[in-house]
Amino acid sequence: MKAKTLFDKIWDSHVVSSIPDGPDVLYIDKHLIHEVTSPQAFAGLKQRNLPVFRPEKIVATADHNVPTENQHLPIQDELSRLQVQTLIDNCNIHNIELYGLNHPYNGIVHVIGPELGLTQPGMTIVCGDSHTSTHGAFGNIAFGIGTSEVEMVMASECVLQAKPNKMRITIEGNLAKAVSSKDIILYIISKISASGGTGYFIEFAGSAITNLSMESRMTVCNMSIEMGARGGLIAPDETTFEYLKGKEFSPDNKSWNLSLVKWKQLQTDKNALFDKEWIFNAEDIGPMITYGTNPGMGMSIVGNIPQLNSIPKESRDSFQKSLDYMGFEPGSKVIGKKVDYVFVGSCTNGRIEDLRAFSKLVKGRKKADWITAWIVPGSKKVEEQAKKEGLESILNAAGFELRQPGCSACLAMNDDKIPEGKYSVSTSNRNFEGRQGPGARTLLVSPLTAAAAAVTGRITNPGDLI
Amino acid sequence: MPIEKFKILESNCVPLQVENVDTDQIIPARFLKATTREGFGDNLFRDWSFDENGNRKEDFVLNNPKFSGKILVAGRNFGSGSSREHAAWAIYDYGFRVVVSSFFADIFKNNALNNGLLPVQVSKEFLTTIFLQLNENPKTRLKVDLQSQEISLLSNGQKEKFQISHYKKECLLNGYDDIDFLVNLKDEITEFENKDSK
Ligand code: SF4
Repeated sequence: MKAKTLFDKIWDSHVVSSIPDGPDVLYIDKHLIHEVTSPQAFAGLKQRNLPVFRPEKIVATADHNVPTENQHLPIQDELSRLQVQTLIDNCNIHNIELYGLNHPYNGIVHVIGPELGLTQPGMTIVCGDSHTSTHGAFGNIAFGIGTSEVEMVMASECVLQAKPNKMRITIEGNLAKAVSSKDIILYIISKISASGGTGYFIEFAGSAITNLSMESRMTVCNMSIEMGARGGLIAPDETTFEYLKGKEFSPDNKSWNLSLVKWKQLQTDKNALFDKEWIFNAEDIGPMITYGTNPGMGMSIVGNIPQLNSIPKESRDSFQKSLDYMGFEPGSKVIGKKVDYVFVGSCTNGRIEDLRAFSKLVKGRKKADWITAWIVPGSKKVEEQAKKEGLESILNAAGFELRQPGCSACLAMNDDKIPEGKYSVSTSNRNFEGRQGPGARTLLVSPLTAAAAAVTGRITNPGDLI
Repeated sequence: MPIEKFKILESNCVPLQVENVDTDQIIPARFLKATTREGFGDNLFRDWSFDENGNRKEDFVLNNPKFSGKILVAGRNFGSGSSREHAAWAIYDYGFRVVVSSFFADIFKNNALNNGLLPVQVSKEFLTTIFLQLNENPKTRLKVDLQSQEISLLSNGQKEKFQISHYKKECLLNGYDDIDFLVNLKDEITEFENKDSK
């Protein structure tokens, strides 16, 4: 039999049929929805007079548009409230499981899927959200779709997709002190650019990846979309199985062993071919930071912003425009620069491991006076866990407070907006113009680097503090 | 909803000579609170188009009376970022029917096609030529012929072929959409489910 990649194995086993010179009809095992990209899909079904085909395969949460304080009160913003209410109504009408505000399972869609065991190896998972790629950390095919496609999946449990090309990114070696999986992925994107993965599905491999915890693997897969890829995945192993054991929706004792047998086959065959391969050295990676307005504009935190003449001619205008927006000069350094805001959270770095890393560094220190910090857990469970472990007390003692779960300043749909011109050191995934609020200037970093900035008030190498 | 049929479009163009235009620029997240598909065009490129007091910025190309038309011509890697279909809705709602670039983000391309907005990918050189011509003469017209998969500059006849999957082409030419197609496959899908659970 022909050697196959892990991606091929999962994809091929989910193809219901193929349209000649067209896309495949791909069967979807799990469909996650949230309040922002689902209402028009439900409205479309209604207009066509179609039922939801497999409501039991859908799980809903409210996350993008929710306040991160006083969640017990009605949402103040009228439009946000309406959007969240529309989700509640639609889930009621169609019998869809909803983990809405204040539900113990509520949280950012890509945080709750894994932590509840809804996300499992070998599945196909979609959501009307590009960071669905996060789930690929468990060895499945997970990708973001548009609202028309959300409607498609609701109507038929299938989506029409052309099969992407395959890329493998291998990272070998050991990570240095103060370097985390966020730095790995920012490093990779800085090397292959914000569009270098377009048209591909990526498999991450190598010892630097397999040594990572599940949460760290999710951070890597989460940002595969930031290089333009449809998604990223990592072959499941003991770390994966260990993580999933005993989770709310993981296979129970009876079917666990059977699932394990199936999951263990989910590996890329030895001689399987990829359309493109990259190999990196973990030793080359240091704490990273972005200096521009796309995630590919990243560098070592102690590095220099590229000079204009090192940028291809046709891209110089866009490059300069981006630096103008950020208020930076070509060739300059960012280390030591004063910043205004620190945001810890999002589906990239809003998990318990991230809060632990942040807390560990700020413990016994104090927040810099001029810093406004938003520490936002990715889910209710993360929030509870942070309290149980005493992280909240550490944070409070250092002058921080733990907010309530949601997407928050990652996309600033709620009240958590960075003001115009202010610098925000953020653990989220996008530094686009205005992403964190109109005029906001975002610098993407790891939770450790965010912690270093929060206590010094400046861009600081976390390696200097631990 | 069945999409609007697309066969041939001849139009003036609006040049947006910026690379990596992401979905947060096309439609900022704070405008995603609607529960319907309509009206997003008003906030297309909102933060480039308006200042914080809601006044139009004269220097932004959408506000430049010299440029108009149903074709948006943009720098490489257009539509990167989020999967929000609102980006495609906003461009369509504003009145564009074609976006020309030398490179598109994947999800955006799918979203556009699902809404009758045609992404036309041209070579780097051709894109440069189009921008040059538009700089010289803002009334430069492009012709996009879906049947023959050709895009041409009417001023000098320079043309190029573009790619589109056969399936999507048929959908656009005839105004079909994917949901009708999939709903008709229900028996096959159910059979797949039964086989799979065994
Ligand atoms: S945290 Fe940010 S990137 Fe993740 S789902 Fe929410 S808005 Fe999207």
